Amino acid sequence: MLSLFILLPLLLLFVLNLPIEFVRKSSFWLACVLLLAQVLLVLMHSIFAWSAYPDILRSFFVFNLSVDNLTLVMLLAIGIVALVSLIVALCTIIEERQRFHFINLLLICVIGMNTIVLVRDIFSLYVFIEVTSVASFILISLERNKAAIEGTFKYLILSAIATIFMLSAIAFFLLAAGDLSFASIHSAFYNQENNFTLKIATSLFLCGLFIKSGVVPFHGWLPDAYSAAPACVSVLLAGIVTKVAGVYALLRLFGSVFVLTPALQSIILFAGAFSIVLAALAALTQDDFKRMLAYSSISQIGYIVLALGCGTPLAFAGAIFHFFNHAIFKSLLFVNSAALEKQFGSTDMNKLAGAGSKIPVTSFTSLIGLLSTAGIPPLSGFWSKLIIIIALFSSGRFVYAGIALLASILTLAYFLSFERRVFFSKSEPALENTGKVPFGLRFSEIALSIITAVAGMVFVFLHTNWILPLRGIFW
Amino acid sequence: MTVRLIRSIVGLALTSAILSVIMYRLKSPLAAVFELSVCSGLISVIFVTTVSFTQRISKENLHIRRRERLLRFWYLPVILVVTGLLLAQYLLFPQFVLPMLEPIKELDVRSVLWNSRHLDLLGQVVMLLAGALGVVVLFKESKK
Amino acid sequence: MSQYTMHLFGFFSIFIILLFITGLYCMLLSFNLIRVVIGFEISIKAATLLIILIGYICGRSALAQSIVITLIVIEIVVMVVAGGVALWAFRHNKTIDPRKLTNLKG
Repeated sequence: MLSLFILLPLLLLFVLNLPIEFVRKSSFWLACVLLLAQVLLVLMHSIFAWSAYPDILRSFFVFNLSVDNLTLVMLLAIGIVALVSLIVALCTIIEERQRFHFINLLLICVIGMNTIVLVRDIFSLYVFIEVTSVASFILISLERNKAAIEGTFKYLILSAIATIFMLSAIAFFLLAAGDLSFASIHSAFYNQENNFTLKIATSLFLCGLFIKSGVVPFHGWLPDAYSAAPACVSVLLAGIVTKVAGVYALLRLFGSVFVLTPALQSIILFAGAFSIVLAALAALTQDDFKRMLAYSSISQIGYIVLALGCGTPLAFAGAIFHFFNHAIFKSLLFVNSAALEKQFGSTDMNKLAGAGSKIPVTSFTSLIGLLSTAGIPPLSGFWSKLIIIIALFSSGRFVYAGIALLASILTLAYFLSFERRVFFSKSEPALENTGKVPFGLRFSEIALSIITAVAGMVFVFLHTNWILPLRGIFW
Repeated sequence: MTVRLIRSIVGLALTSAILSVIMYRLKSPLAAVFELSVCSGLISVIFVTTVSFTQRISKENLHIRRRERLLRFWYLPVILVVTGLLLAQYLLFPQFVLPMLEPIKELDVRSVLWNSRHLDLLGQVVMLLAGALGVVVLFKESKK
Repeated sequence: MSQYTMHLFGFFSIFIILLFITGLYCMLLSFNLIRVVIGFEISIKAATLLIILIGYICGRSALAQSIVITLIVIEIVVMVVAGGVALWAFRHNKTIDPRKLTNLKG
């Protein structure tokens, strides 16, 4: 049953490429149905436990896949963000052929990401991280404009360096453990503590994953790649690809497979805190909306890494909840930027002054998105940040908790300055409409903001059923 | 410029060939054959094809002196020295090193690859599909 | 580990690190985007040699060879995509110099 998450998109990819005219015309609807099925399956898991069913193709292929609560949260986030990205693509890509290429590449990304969250072997994890990265290189350069060349190339070089670090680390794990599955590496950690080989391997893998996640000081590729990509690709990249390929691997490996020694904890804490502060300061000085959102993404990923470094189960649960919230509200903000680009033709904040009265839906939903990012109650961002800060306090790291609190104020500062410049100032006479915001964009904005608001308001219900069980995965 | 580039490509092919021989001596014949046929052969063909699509760059770049170029990256020899020190620790203090794992009664590469690593095979298939899509998207001339 | 494997490991790891540093130099210092890709290839070969060496030392050479075969396929696809981006940069900018790609700032 679990391999259907991987094999069904692959089957759809083959079917879409058959030379039948009807299938090509309805490629958008077929992909929509598949992603909706993924979202609904995850939501129905408590009612109809499909993960216990044995694999359909188990006589042909033996895939070592398994599901736990962390995987379910990831699958839900992948389904929602990929669906939103598909709707944005329908509205913003005009050429039929380019949209068809986008849907194919989106399906490959979804195959890669589903496998990353389902797999329990470190080399397969690496292979599918590479698959997702290659698909995202091609996606960034889908619309062939000048800025995309630089974005793609920087991402390519840094991803290549990350690849080399991760491969060397995998070689050392083979030396230490003999087999590359999570269970054998975990037992190798427990049998020999403080071993030099394991230390080298863990730090190399950590460097590789930091580059892939965009943690400071390895974040150089992220603002260029996010701002140069076309609108639908930015939603996909910021919402899910960078996070699943980088941050999910950090959460899974450092939470359940590797043992967090105090030295490692302090490195991860420092990197997280450094990311939060540096990216927030850099976002204050940006002129382009998408670059500011990219720096804000780096800052929020810093929160997740900070919570991981804290080392307690409550912080781990807070990190996963913040991951999910960030996927939702960052996609919301990128859809807003797509709407602004579609209507006014540019994302430069200096040119967009005073647009608030012309696009009411976008300005309202962007307000919800920014309040959730900054952590204002009762939206969902507030609860996840609260869990992280409480966990930091209760484990005695007061300095880091103070940094996390103060950075919320910085987040509020740059977002409010953006809102003031773009939406709530007086309308410039030079600002003209070059198009109308399509219905699909408005629909996805409203849907995402409803999810953010509802997740915040029913938090008490979510807390006992979804969030506390996540603590059990830690070690 | 093109002559120097072709020299680099031939250098890469030679490195692959030497590596293939080393792998054969390290008792890994299948990987050696793969490396020789694919990396020495196919990659050189792909590179030469790609280079033939581009033209030589202008002469001005050749005037930049080599020493200025190398001085910009002084930290790379530092990395070399640091890694050498780490390795020296590994070699001089044997108590850091793990006990040798028992070499298991070795299964064949073919049975390991086809029986227990099905996910990697699926990954290769999906990767090749992504590569094919990439070629279609990237190599098309833009119709302006 | 026995003395013989320690010496073997030491000798090979010097070679691996030299390959890796050469590849890194090539990636960061070249004036031609295609040479950047060649540098990446050299670094990946260093990682390949490390995996095979460790497979030989541990007796797990079958697993190591499976890893290397998968890795070669991945390496080819990444190289083709990088070559495609380099070609597209050439067609757009009429130059394949990575120092000229400085449009995005900040």
